Amino acid sequence: MDMEMEEILNLFFEESLEGLDTMESGLLTLEDGADRETINTIFRAAHSIKGGAGTFGFMEISQFTHSVETLLDEMRNGTRGITPDAIQVLLQSVDVIREMTQSAQAKTPIVMTGANALSGELARILAQKSVPAPATGQAAAPPPPNPSPAPPAAAAKRDPAPTDAAPTGPLEGWRIVFTPDTSLFKTCNDPLRIFEELTNLAPLEVTANIDAMPAFGDLDPTQCHLSWTLLLRGAIEHSRIAEVFDWVDASSKIEYEPIHGTGGSGAPVDRPIAENAKPAAPRTTPAADAHPPVSTAAKSGGEAGSLRVATEKVDALINLVGELVITQSMLGRFAEKYEPSDIEALRRSLAQLTRNTRELQESVMQIRMLPIGFSFNRFPRLVHDLSRKLGKKVELKLSGENTELDKTVLEKIGDPLVHLVRNALDHGLEAPESRVAAGKNETGTLELNAFHEGGSIIIEVKDDGAGLNKDRILAKARERGLVDSDAMLTDEAIYNLIFVAGFSTAETVSDVSGRGVGMDVVRRNINDLGGHVQIFSVKGKGSTIRIRLPLTLAILEGQVLRVGKEIYVASLVSIIETVQSTRASLSCVAGRTELFKHRTDYLPIIRLHDLFGIEPDSREISDGLLVVLEADGRRVAMLVDELLAQQQVVIKSLETNFKQVPGLAGATIHGDGTVALILDVPGLIRTFLERQGMNMGRAA
Amino acid sequence: MAVTILAVDDSASMRQMVSFTLKHAGYEVVEAADGVDALEYARSNSVSLVLTDVNMPRMDGITLVRELRQLIAYKFTPMLVLTTEAGPEKKAQGKQAGATGWLVKPFNPDKLLATIAKVL
Repeated sequence: MDMEMEEILNLFFEESLEGLDTMESGLLTLEDGADRETINTIFRAAHSIKGGAGTFGFMEISQFTHSVETLLDEMRNGTRGITPDAIQVLLQSVDVIREMTQSAQAKTPIVMTGANALSGELARILAQKSVPAPATGQAAAPPPPNPSPAPPAAAAKRDPAPTDAAPTGPLEGWRIVFTPDTSLFKTCNDPLRIFEELTNLAPLEVTANIDAMPAFGDLDPTQCHLSWTLLLRGAIEHSRIAEVFDWVDASSKIEYEPIHGTGGSGAPVDRPIAENAKPAAPRTTPAADAHPPVSTAAKSGGEAGSLRVATEKVDALINLVGELVITQSMLGRFAEKYEPSDIEALRRSLAQLTRNTRELQESVMQIRMLPIGFSFNRFPRLVHDLSRKLGKKVELKLSGENTELDKTVLEKIGDPLVHLVRNALDHGLEAPESRVAAGKNETGTLELNAFHEGGSIIIEVKDDGAGLNKDRILAKARERGLVDSDAMLTDEAIYNLIFVAGFSTAETVSDVSGRGVGMDVVRRNINDLGGHVQIFSVKGKGSTIRIRLPLTLAILEGQVLRVGKEIYVASLVSIIETVQSTRASLSCVAGRTELFKHRTDYLPIIRLHDLFGIEPDSREISDGLLVVLEADGRRVAMLVDELLAQQQVVIKSLETNFKQVPGLAGATIHGDGTVALILDVPGLIRTFLERQGMNMGRAA
Repeated sequence: MAVTILAVDDSASMRQMVSFTLKHAGYEVVEAADGVDALEYARSNSVSLVLTDVNMPRMDGITLVRELRQLIAYKFTPMLVLTTEAGPEKKAQGKQAGATGWLVKPFNPDKLLATIAKVL
């Protein structure tokens, strides 16, 4: 029971969080003109959350969502205009509900601060007179403090319990005249059922009235022509009787007459109706009961574990495993009895095994792949809130949301992207006036694109703002002593300066950005994922930040290298190119740092054999190959003896199997069983520079 | 013959909650995610009771009840509507469509079972 209930509860949380996302994106589109279906969708999501929260015993969520739902309902009915003010409060409400839901999911007490703060706002908006045109609503007198007093139960309102008759004595029973509509049977309501229920309350006398019965020839048996007079002998509260008639009272005439005994003062029978007519508080749902004590494996929750996988992906896997089993049994046959003539069949089976394995690998990788849309989803809201705050007009364009990437990469790329988007909004895009003055559309455009390129995924954050100001960056860098005053830097090198920790050219530090914390973190995060960042910018036209990431962290697109007898693997993403050096392109600084002239740059040469203390084929640079590597915005040339294959390698952790080694990211096992070490390019460069004792910040 | 109940709700968690409760009480349960699915199922199968949510995409619960009542096989099938509010307006709507009764959300399993036992 508990396990199953727990699962349903988890489903409720997932569903609610999805519903909140739906509400959020719906609310954001609502701003530019109300489309009926959008409001309906938002309303439905709120409605489901409220209903579910109530049923599963989260009354705080249910109650708060109720006000939100009321507001949405009025918008849906057209009795209330859709104002930016209301949308803003609704968006904040979505945040609050999300927070409450998440704390409920984490089995922590639901934090009410947000809800309490917002309920006032919601009440204020609800209290504003509900007229579509706000102009007419303004003049209305201050509304009643509580805009929607709980409506009394329908039955009570419809058929007020007699308050007129002076109580002559204690209540002894009721006389009820029940005249149903002729259509009673059409809804499958059986009067007998009603009478039986009444019998459960107190002894009942039933008298049928057949006056309205037509002649037999005219009788339509699907119609109800009867009426009844019921005598219920017991001091039953009116509300309990009304409850029995609840399903039929809208289409029937029901007259109640209390029967009082003689003497004594009768308690006013109608008093308790308002309280009792409400549905019983659902405190006793299993969800509520199961909630606090159950704290098993699912406790860690959130990030830690689960992955939602499309069924077809799992089906594909099962299918492949099936094929693998067939192949295995085919191969097994050869082990039992092998005739030399079987060689052809053996080869075929092995070829099939190869194919199965490859497909299985791809399918397994597919399981971890999620569309980047999961990460992009948060941006419409972020951009909406931020542009409001900054007083800028921004149109956000998303493309390639369906591009898939590894779940881990997806999770870790979120924060860097948020930072880049904030930066683009704050520093990149100009205020509407400056844009108009510059002859641009007053609404700026911010694009987020994702697409595959080779074995990588590219994510671009592109704005059509002012572009990076090279002079200012350079001036600031000189002021901070990051660059020598006479150094000539390429555009790229200048742009890369913004990744230096603590660097900011912002004149005013806002709470949006400008503290210079961040871009260095952005780059570090991306490097940690095995990716790298590039900046393109044209003054007055805008900037593009381009992030290249590996599709997955578990498998590396690698270049296999050889130095002496040792085999290494370097990530393809970090390799710019590989060149055979000529003596003319080499030079030596201060008699020890060797440099290689690569186009316009001088790159320090890393001799891998020196760094790792191994014996190479040759120490002569012109005999080997120089692999140009880039990481953290720095480039170096690495000397190796030979380039071998390019291949995908599975990364095995060195740390868990041995210990962390500077300059190495892990190990992998080759087809022949030998182990090759995977180079950690950023770490390698760092280690090298530390040994050389030189500051590359200047030499970039 | 087992009593089969058609449970219609667009929220999977509510559906499972209802289904879980009913199955434990010994009913057979068929789930549908909205009115369209439910109607399609009902056309080619028979059920003893329909339990439907009101607010659903594609086809709401009231429309579903109205459509089902048009089918000969469902003329005398009890149909309960799950609603969050039981105002007179809603009741009249449900009645007109042909709903037998309603169950006000949030409800607990006992109440659900008691209500169903009432009409079956």
